[in-house]
This record gives sequence, C-alpha cells and structure tokens, in this order.
Amino acid sequence: MRILPSGDRALLVELDDLDQVLAYYTALTTDPPTDVVDIVPAARTIMVTTAGSVDALSRILRSVTPTPGTRSTGDLVEIPVTYDGEDLQDVAELLGCTASELIHRHVTEDWTVAFCGFAPGFGYLTGSSSWDIPRRQSPRTKVPTGAVALAGEFSGVYPRESPGGWQLIGRTDVKIFDQERDPAALFHPGRRVRFVDADRG
Amino acid sequence: MSSVTILESGPLATIQDRGRAGQAALGIPASGACDRTSYALSNRLVGNRLGAGAIEVTVGGLVLHADTDLVIAITGAPCPGVPLNAPAQLKAGSVLRLGPPRTGLRTYVAIRGGIDVPPVLGSRSTDLLSGLGPAPLTAGQTVCVGRSYEPMPGVDLAPVADPLGGEVFVRVTPGPRRDWFTDAGWQSLITQTYQVSSNSNRVGVRLDGTPLDRARTGELASEGMAHGAIQIPPSGTPVIFLADHPVTGGYPVIAYVREADLDTCAQLRPGQSLRLTTG
Repeated sequence: MRILPSGDRALLVELDDLDQVLAYYTALTTDPPTDVVDIVPAARTIMVTTAGSVDALSRILRSVTPTPGTRSTGDLVEIPVTYDGEDLQDVAELLGCTASELIHRHVTEDWTVAFCGFAPGFGYLTGSSSWDIPRRQSPRTKVPTGAVALAGEFSGVYPRESPGGWQLIGRTDVKIFDQERDPAALFHPGRRVRFVDADRG
Repeated sequence: MSSVTILESGPLATIQDRGRAGQAALGIPASGACDRTSYALSNRLVGNRLGAGAIEVTVGGLVLHADTDLVIAITGAPCPGVPLNAPAQLKAGSVLRLGPPRTGLRTYVAIRGGIDVPPVLGSRSTDLLSGLGPAPLTAGQTVCVGRSYEPMPGVDLAPVADPLGGEVFVRVTPGPRRDWFTDAGWQSLITQTYQVSSNSNRVGVRLDGTPLDRARTGELASEGMAHGAIQIPPSGTPVIFLADHPVTGGYPVIAYVREADLDTCAQLRPGQSLRLTTG
C-alpha cells in the first residue's frame, strides 16, 4: 500500500488489486474517520477527501485494517435484462461461445459493484470469474439508457443516454439512476448484483 | 412571493450553492460555485444562510428585472453598472444590468432570501458535466426568491480585492502521478508561462503551452480526483479541475493547486497568462 499526495484536502491510497481495494474500502466506510468528506474507490486506488488536515488523515489511513473477503457480503439487487444487445453475437464470438452460453454466464455470475464513475450512478461491476472483453474499436456516440454492457473485467448498465465504448449485450427497464429517488443511485460500491434473463422469467 | 425575471442570460448564468460533496462514491460530482469565497461573501452580505442559492454569472451579460423589492449583493469579477461587494436595494420594476467584468471571469449575485429552486441530491447547483440540477438560466425565465434569512450583517462594503488581471501566479504541490513525468517535465510545469485556453469551463481550466515530457507511457487505471487536480492528457498540456470535474479520471495528475489558490483559478479568463509555482 502506498499513500500518495493529492493536494491540501485529499490523499490517494494505492493498492495492488481490486480485492484489496474492496477490503480497504469496506474497513474505511464501516468506521469513517472524522472530517472525511468523500471516499472514492476505483480499480487500484481509493481517494479520500477531508475537511480536516491531510496529516491527520494520513495517520488514520495507515492504521486501517482491511476487511478481506468482502466481495460477497453486500446486499443483493436483481436486474432483469432483455439480452438483445447489438454486440451480443460479437462478444460471444470473441469468447468462443454461443450467445445463449454468454447469457448463461452473465446471469449466473455473482457481480459486485466495485466502484462508480463515468456518470452519476454508473457502477463498475466485477464478477467472481475472470472477464476480459475488449472495448469496441470505435465508441458509439449514443448508448441508450439502461443498456447492459461489458468491457475489460467489468459489466455495467448505462444510467442515462451517453457516448460509450462498451460492448452492448442487453437492456433493462430498471432505473439505475433517478435523481428524484432516494437513494438516487441503485449501484453503490460493495453492492451485489445478479442479472436475470427477463425472457426466461 | 419574491422573484426576478431574467431578461438576458449573457454567455452563461447558472444557479450555484455549496454543491453536493459527499456523494462522489456514487459518481456524483461536487459541483457548486467555482469561486467559493466570492459566492459565500455575496450571501453573507445579504444575510443569507450558508449554502443559499445564488447566481453565478460568467463574463457578465446578465440582465435581470426585479419583480418585487429585493436586497442584493454582487461579488467576484467586478461588472460595471452595478454595486459591488455591498448590499443594495433593488426596487420592484428596476433592471440590473451586468456589464463585462474589468478583471476575472465569474460574478456572483445573491438575493436576500436565496434563489429558490427545488434541490437535486441536496443542492441547487447546476452541474454542466453531469446534467444534474437546474438548467442554465435563459431569457424570459422567472426565478423565485426564498424567505429564509438571518439578520442583515450590518456591513456597508466588504473590503475585498478584485480578481487579478495580467499574469497570475498559482501555487501547486506534487500530485499522485508526479513520477509519470521526467524531472524536465516537472521543471517545465513550474517554470513556463501558460495561457488560459478558450476551451475552459466549469469542469476545468485548460492551459495552452509546451507539452510536458512523460517518464512513462501506458494507461492509468481511472482513479479519484479532487478539486484543483492538474491532469495531463495525451496532449501534454494541463487541465486544472474546477467545480464540475468528474469524480474519477484516467489521465495522470502531476500536481494539485493549493487550496488557498483554487478561487483564483476560477477567475482566470481565456488568454490570461498563468504561472504555476511551488512557492
């Protein structure tokens, strides 16, 4: 673990991999230190901003004991998906399987929201098995709201229409982000997600 | 009910408050007023509560009509034609016209009672990157003024300096990815004179200058970034993150602006010269 400087009010904790990030994030959010404003996990790092001093924050961050094995302890949300994405066939071919085998793999996977970013409520979901899906060669200028997608080691759902380079495999009617709802974001770090094939009930 | 009607919005006028910090883990940027000191002063001068909604005006041009008797205060970039850094009465039917500021970029108009629009995720701020909060103000729009305030502060004129014109110095500290750049790259950052690009906005101040030498290539996994981060995209020229910056970014952050100089960055105008220093 390295603690890197990030201005007068933040520090960046750098870890080896996503499992370490989730373990550290869980420990930190279970007992948030005084004065902490935001705790932002990402693929290899956690940014912590404070209203207090970074020296005090640094001492606290060094003393955190990560909570290992926390991938499977968050609450579970089910997302019904219609698997008719434009890239479904292409992704299946990349993986050397059929479209229905890909769908089966996607719905049987235990997904966890590792972190959010890109847009409000956009969660980067990681599975328990290893995924490695290349992004599209040229990003789409418009990905529709609710598009279910894959890229790299992640799956995700576009919370609103936006440009995007992920491979689209399906769509959901579930509102992933709704600014009128409390909480607005359905996906938060640590939450577990299961996709359900809507056409199969 | 008190209100104002926007007759002209100028290039960009938005409603801002202290923003929605604390939700970054959900991908929700902080947003809020870019020059936080000027914003807070405008509210204080009219006895508003902390965090009341005010109008952030970019390069002047706002024209508003008082629908009722109002008390206002205007701070930040000094626009001609209006009272500055002092509470002022605005009679019903009168028109307030903000000319182009002499220096600086952003002017704040606070109205006693606060701009009253429904908050989104705890804030009335317009976030231009994420599309959260009210849309930018447009001509013909009527904006309600709230009724929540404290006693007037008893201040006739706040003694504050105008934003700086000419060459501006901003202090920086090394960021988390300083080691992605050569020592020559770092020296170039803190010695060259940058020009503020016209592509700057509430997300960030883009700078034109000599590209920096990278010590390592390759992609950085996206990581959290805070207000004042100086990110170096592949072009090699810096972007200083302001209020509407994304919560994570994929380009290395070479340095951060010192907290005391963040508001200075919010007042930089396109074409202005900027030096980043470690002093």
